[in-house]
Amino acid sequence: MRTDLITLRPEGLYCAAGDFHIDPWRPVARAVITHAHSDHARTGHAAYLASREGERVLRARLGDIALQTLDYGERLRIGDATVSLHPAGHVLGSAQVRVEVEGEVWVASGDYKLEADGTCSAFEPVRAHTFISESTFGLPVYRWRPQAELLAELNRWWAANADAGRSSVVFAYAFGKAQRILAGLDTRIGAVICHGAVEAMNRAYRDSGVALPATRAVSEGLDADLLRRALVIAPPSAQGSPWMKRFGDYADCFASGWMQVRGARRRRAVDRGLVMSDHADWPALMRAIGETGAQRVIVTHGQVAPMVRWLNEQGLEAGAFRTEFGDERDDADSALQTATGDADAPPA
Amino acid sequence: MKRFATLYDALDASTSTRAKVEAMRAYFAATPAEDAAWAVYVLAGGKLRQAAPSRLLRETGARVAGLPDWLFDECYEAVGDLAETLALILPPPEADGDVPLHRWVDRLGALRAAGAGDKPALLESAWRALDARSRFLFNKLITGGLRVGVSRLLVTRALSSVAGVPAETIAQRLIGYLASDPSRAGMSGARYEALIAPPGDGELGLQPYPFFLAHPLQQAPAEVLGAAEDWLAEWKWDGIRGQLVRRAGEAALWSRGEELVSERFPELIEAALTLPEGCVLDGEVLAWQDGAPLPFARLQTRITRKTVSRRLIADVPVVFMAYDLLEQDGQDLRPQPQWTRRQKLEQLLATRPHPRLMSSPLIGGDWPTLAGQRAQARDRGVEGLMLKRRDAAYGVGRVKSDARGQWWKWKIDPWTVDAVLLYAQRGHGRRAGLYSDYTFAVWSEAADGTRTLMPFAKAYSGLTDAEMRAVDAFIKANTIERFGPVCSVRPELVFELGFEGLQASPRHKSGIAVRFPRMLRWRQDKPAAEADTLEALKALLSAGTAIRNE
Repeated sequence: MRTDLITLRPEGLYCAAGDFHIDPWRPVARAVITHAHSDHARTGHAAYLASREGERVLRARLGDIALQTLDYGERLRIGDATVSLHPAGHVLGSAQVRVEVEGEVWVASGDYKLEADGTCSAFEPVRAHTFISESTFGLPVYRWRPQAELLAELNRWWAANADAGRSSVVFAYAFGKAQRILAGLDTRIGAVICHGAVEAMNRAYRDSGVALPATRAVSEGLDADLLRRALVIAPPSAQGSPWMKRFGDYADCFASGWMQVRGARRRRAVDRGLVMSDHADWPALMRAIGETGAQRVIVTHGQVAPMVRWLNEQGLEAGAFRTEFGDERDDADSALQTATGDADAPPA
Repeated sequence: MKRFATLYDALDASTSTRAKVEAMRAYFAATPAEDAAWAVYVLAGGKLRQAAPSRLLRETGARVAGLPDWLFDECYEAVGDLAETLALILPPPEADGDVPLHRWVDRLGALRAAGAGDKPALLESAWRALDARSRFLFNKLITGGLRVGVSRLLVTRALSSVAGVPAETIAQRLIGYLASDPSRAGMSGARYEALIAPPGDGELGLQPYPFFLAHPLQQAPAEVLGAAEDWLAEWKWDGIRGQLVRRAGEAALWSRGEELVSERFPELIEAALTLPEGCVLDGEVLAWQDGAPLPFARLQTRITRKTVSRRLIADVPVVFMAYDLLEQDGQDLRPQPQWTRRQKLEQLLATRPHPRLMSSPLIGGDWPTLAGQRAQARDRGVEGLMLKRRDAAYGVGRVKSDARGQWWKWKIDPWTVDAVLLYAQRGHGRRAGLYSDYTFAVWSEAADGTRTLMPFAKAYSGLTDAEMRAVDAFIKANTIERFGPVCSVRPELVFELGFEGLQASPRHKSGIAVRFPRMLRWRQDKPAAEADTLEALKALLSAGTAIRNE
């Protein structure tokens, strides 16, 4: 029997044939990065490999790193392995890592979603013998509505607030979700104001060639009339912080897949939950896994136990890697931490 | 149903009282009476008999959604609400019609009446016709309750504003409106119209007044309440709050949940019939023997039984400990000062003495004297003191107005014990997905000196949201084993639990049962080995019993 192409080591997922790690959580010599979220892309590795699409956002997050980039689909020989990156549709630059050794193919998904959102390359299925999948929303209760419906609802809510003379605040993860919402706003309603953490990522998106509407910063000294019709995008950590006071009696909304469940919505104590996620929902996870054609699936994070059991019952060979990607402790509340320092909570 | 679903969403989304009342007002103003009749009932907390057992809902839901039972259970655990879990997993609806709320309640009735074999098909066809929001509400109604964070007081206000009828009148009618289960007694638009009709003469019947509720006193009374001579002090009895209504040749006993409990306490009804016509007493039902209250657990045996046998009546004798007179000679006394009502109550009970109708004694003295009395409350089998302002009127509900017009419960400090978190279960509602329900243990020493942790209490309340998240994270990282929804946790966290009393209990493995346990604080300074022992708890038990028996 052949040895596994990718195994779990204390540092992270490891490919012995190419002597590299995928999204390692401890410093290594060579790291292949699926995407720039903090639980997947960490500082301290000697050399990085990532998608060209994600170069700017990765540098914006990690600063000065030794980074080699690949176009999607471009093949690179590393040791005995052939590596290529394929769009994962999760955030700008997100990639599935395809590893081939002597005809055997493994694909590590990182985080992914299937619906095209317009701010990054859309997910592409990749055939594999073994598929390493996330399972953040791996329960049948998680089913998303189409993005167009969600954005239309959001714009209606914004317009109603603007007509009532209140600003609208959307709490959304600063990298990915925020830009996706921004790109879908109907800016005829009013001005868009972004929190500094969001604006930093907007800049990286614009520098990468993604068109985003004009945004304003509070440092510009915005007048009261503008604020009353404005939509504000802020990271979840801003909820309840002094930064919010300037918006007075605002309406607020939290954008996350976790908002699907009423208890999580009530816990978050916002006026509205927008069920919008950058992860695949249950039907999409099933479709993605099916389209790889893989007979073996390894689940990394999220709803691991139910997903493994379900896939085994479907006749696949399923197992798990215990990773440090958005681990079980955060499963109900990763994006719901109200404490400071949200940066380390995986987005949803 | 869609209009009602929209109302529900508005109520669920808002934390503002004003917005909730306004949303209900708008709904009632635009809704036909036969729908409004049901909406009032369920929003105000009225219960419906469960139309299908939860097990059947789960099985049918899993089958319709094409999920194995174990995966359904995983979903339920993550969501923490059966009605919502079902709404989230069912396939998209087939029709997009809108059927009025009362028609859906009719279908609910048909479901309730159907045999076990027919229920799955009825459920399935109902689900197919409803959109996701309406499905959720329909499922909620099947399982009996709505719980949307609307108090009866808010419903009363909304109705009062729609109909232009005084809120007091609506509040009083609402008690009767909610007291009979419409899944038996029926419901109609006419009942709703009567509820909001202009007040008529002599329409009181046997309805009680809305209860005036007390606030807990957290500080020293002198700081908040001023001079002691402005206040009346009474014992805070550990019984069932009730109103004894005597009108039109009849009598009724209502509990604080505004539930009619006359049948459970026939001897009190008999006693009430000796009172003059047109009077209403407010007080406490107590199990009572040899001039002292019996533990609450004894009284509980009188409420948990459907029928009260003669033997039970003899075993657990009860009295009505009156402390207020709300109506006399058919006159509403509530606007009169506390002191005046109190005097009239004492005169009344003195002229019509009955061994089961007692008047709660007044306790005199300055604040230090009262504090001394309060310290002895536990020995007397009471929970502390009640403080009521002499010149205040009888209010409605738990109003937040001037502190001086309130009733205050000045409860004795709870007993405390440091206990170890041993098991955890995920919560429901806004705690869905979070491990929020805990089982606690204390050390039990065997004859050979080995120590084991003995579970003795469950507690759910007392932590802040931030603390609960931290405990939840600890539990997830330190789970030893899972038994369905419950998991055992590495025994490391210590909490100070407070409780109001304890009793020997052969039904519990620990041999004791504690009353009202809750978490007072998280003892992050204390290792598990230093938690309290079962022996120490049992010592409290014998101390308490000894005093009680004196």
